[in-house]
Amino acid sequence: MHQIVQAIILGVLIGGVYALMASGLTLVFGIMKVINVAQGALVILAAYLSYWLFSHLGIDPFLSILVVAPAMFVLGVAVQLVFVRSLRGPDASELSLLVTWALALGIEGVLSVFFKTTFRSTLPSYADRSWDVLGYNVGFVRVLAFGTSAVLLILLSLLLTRTRFGRAVRATVQNPTAATLLGVDANRVQTLSFGLGVSMAAAAGAVYGVIYPFNPGSHYDLISRLLSIVVLGGLGSLGGAVVAALAMGVIEAIVAVEISPIWASFSFFVVLITFLLVRPQGIFGLRERTL
Amino acid sequence: MSRSAAVGVLRGGAFAAAGIAFPFVVHAAWIVNIGVLTLMYAALATAWNLFSGYSGYISLGQAAFFGLGAYTLGITFAHVGIGSGYNPFYALPLVGAGVALASLPVAWIALRTRHMTFAIVTLTLLFVTQQLAFNLHSITHGSSGLMLPTPSFDIADYDRPFYLAMFALLLLGLGACWLVLRSKLGLMLLAIREDEEKARGLGIRVTTAKLIAWWLSVAVSAMVGGVWAYYLTFIYPESAVDPLVMIGAVLMTFLGGRGTLWGPAIGAFLLVPVQQYMLTRLGASQLYLVGYAAVFMVVLLVLPRGIVPSLRDWIDRVRERQRTRRGPIVREEAHA
Repeated sequence: MHQIVQAIILGVLIGGVYALMASGLTLVFGIMKVINVAQGALVILAAYLSYWLFSHLGIDPFLSILVVAPAMFVLGVAVQLVFVRSLRGPDASELSLLVTWALALGIEGVLSVFFKTTFRSTLPSYADRSWDVLGYNVGFVRVLAFGTSAVLLILLSLLLTRTRFGRAVRATVQNPTAATLLGVDANRVQTLSFGLGVSMAAAAGAVYGVIYPFNPGSHYDLISRLLSIVVLGGLGSLGGAVVAALAMGVIEAIVAVEISPIWASFSFFVVLITFLLVRPQGIFGLRERTL
Repeated sequence: MSRSAAVGVLRGGAFAAAGIAFPFVVHAAWIVNIGVLTLMYAALATAWNLFSGYSGYISLGQAAFFGLGAYTLGITFAHVGIGSGYNPFYALPLVGAGVALASLPVAWIALRTRHMTFAIVTLTLLFVTQQLAFNLHSITHGSSGLMLPTPSFDIADYDRPFYLAMFALLLLGLGACWLVLRSKLGLMLLAIREDEEKARGLGIRVTTAKLIAWWLSVAVSAMVGGVWAYYLTFIYPESAVDPLVMIGAVLMTFLGGRGTLWGPAIGAFLLVPVQQYMLTRLGASQLYLVGYAAVFMVVLLVLPRGIVPSLRDWIDRVRERQRTRRGPIVREEAHA
C-alpha cells in the first residue's frame, strides 16, 4: 500500500509537467486543427537552451523559463508564419502533421550536431534534496516542477477566460467563420496561439531537463506520450489534457512499481486503446467529423 | 479487355521486364544494393498509398508492420528453423498474411476515430511496437538484436535474390493497387476520401472497405520487412521499427503523388538513390537528418500534390491548347 501511495504521489507530480507540454499541443489543435508533432522536439530544444544557460551562465533552470519561454514564443510565431500558415486546401491538417514531423527531425538533427547524442541533465545544487512527508519521500525538484507547471496552466486558463485575446481564441475554436465575421483577426489569433503553445513546451522543457536526462532523440518518447495524452483527453480540450496527463503519470508509476518499469509506457497505450473502444472522441472531446 | 486496361498491362509488363533484367545486366554489387533499397522503399510507399493514399486516412504506423514482418521472420528462424537459401522467401506470404490478420483488431479500434486521431493512434502504435521489440526479450533478444542465419547465396551475385524478391513485392503492391483502383473497392475508398458521411449514407460499408485496404497494405509492408531482415541478417528494435523508414515512405508517396498508381514508386526511384548518396557523403552524421527534413519541407510546401498529378495536369493543359489551336482551322475548311 505504501508503495502504491508513493507511486501515486510521484505520478501526479510528473503528470503535471506532461500536462503543461500537452496543453500547448491541444490548444493549437483546438484553434487551427494542426497537430504539432514537433512539440516533443521543442521541449527537448528548450531543455538544451536551459541546460546551456545553466552550465555557461549559471542561471537557475526554473528562472531560465523567463528567458527560454519568450525566446521560444518568437520561434513558434516564426514556424507558424513560415511553415504552417502556407498549408492550404482540404487536407491542410494532415499535411501539417507531416510538416511538423519534418520540423522535429530538423530540430533533432541540429541538436545532435551541436550537443552530440550523449545524455545531459541540468543539475542545480538542490537537485537531490527531498522531503519526508508522513513517511513518503517527496523530491524537492519534482514539487517545484509540479508547482511551476500548475501556476503556468492556471495562468493559461486565466488568459483564455479573462482576457480579450482569450475570448477571441475561444470564439475561433467554436466557430472560426463567425469569429471572423465578428471582427476577430483569425490569422493573428492562430499565429499568437501557436507561439503560446510552443512557449508552453519551452517552459515544460526547462523543467523536464531537471527531472530527466535527455538527448536529441528523446523527443520520440515524448511525442508518443504527448499524443496519447491529447487523444485520451479529447483533441482540443485543455481540461481533458490535464486529466489525461495526470492519469498517465499515475498509471505509469503504479505499473512501474507493481509490475516492471519497462512496461510502464506500454500500459498507458493499452489504457488509451481500451478507452477509444468505448469513447472514440476521448474524455472531453467532441466528435470529430469529416469535413 | 478495355483499351485502358490493355495499356496498363502493357506498361506493367514493360516495367516488369526491365526490372527483372536489371540485376542480370548490371553486376556491380553496390548498384544492386542501392537497387534493393530503392525497391524496398518503392514497395513500402506503394503499400502505404494503397491504404492511406486511396482512403485519405493517413497512417503513421506503417513501419510498425514492416518491423513486425522482420521480427516474425527472424523469430521463426531462431525458434522454429525454416532452412536457409530460398526457403524464407516461400514463408513470406504466410508472414504477411499473419501479421496483417493480427493487426486487424487494432486497426478496427483505430478506425473508430477520425482522420487526425487515427494518424496519432497509428503513430503511437509505431512506438509501442518498438517498445515491445525491446521488452519481449525472450523472443526478440531486446536491444542486443536478433541474428538470422547468413543466406547461402553465391557471393558474386549475393544481392540478386533479394533484389528480385523486393521487385516481386513491388509488383505485387502495384498489382494490388491497379486491381483496387479498377474495382468497386477502389470506388468505395475514393468515396470515403471525398466524403465519408455521405458515403456511409449511400450505404457503402465504409469500415469493411477500409479494413480490406488496410489488410492488403499491411500484408505487403510486413513481407517487405521480412525480406529486409533476411537481407541484413541482423535486426534490432531501433532499426526494424524506425520512424525514419516510415517518414521516408510517406515522403516518397507525397513526392510522386498520393492516390495515384505509379506515384509512390516514382518518388522512391527519385529519392532513394539521392538518400543513399547523402548517407555515404555525410556519413552517419546527423546533418543527414537535417537534409532529409529540408527535402520533406520543400516537397510539402512547393509540390503538395506530387509529381504525377502535376505532370498530368500539365499534359492536359498542353493537349487542350493544341485542340483550341486546331479548332478554328477545321471551321475554316468547313466554310470553304
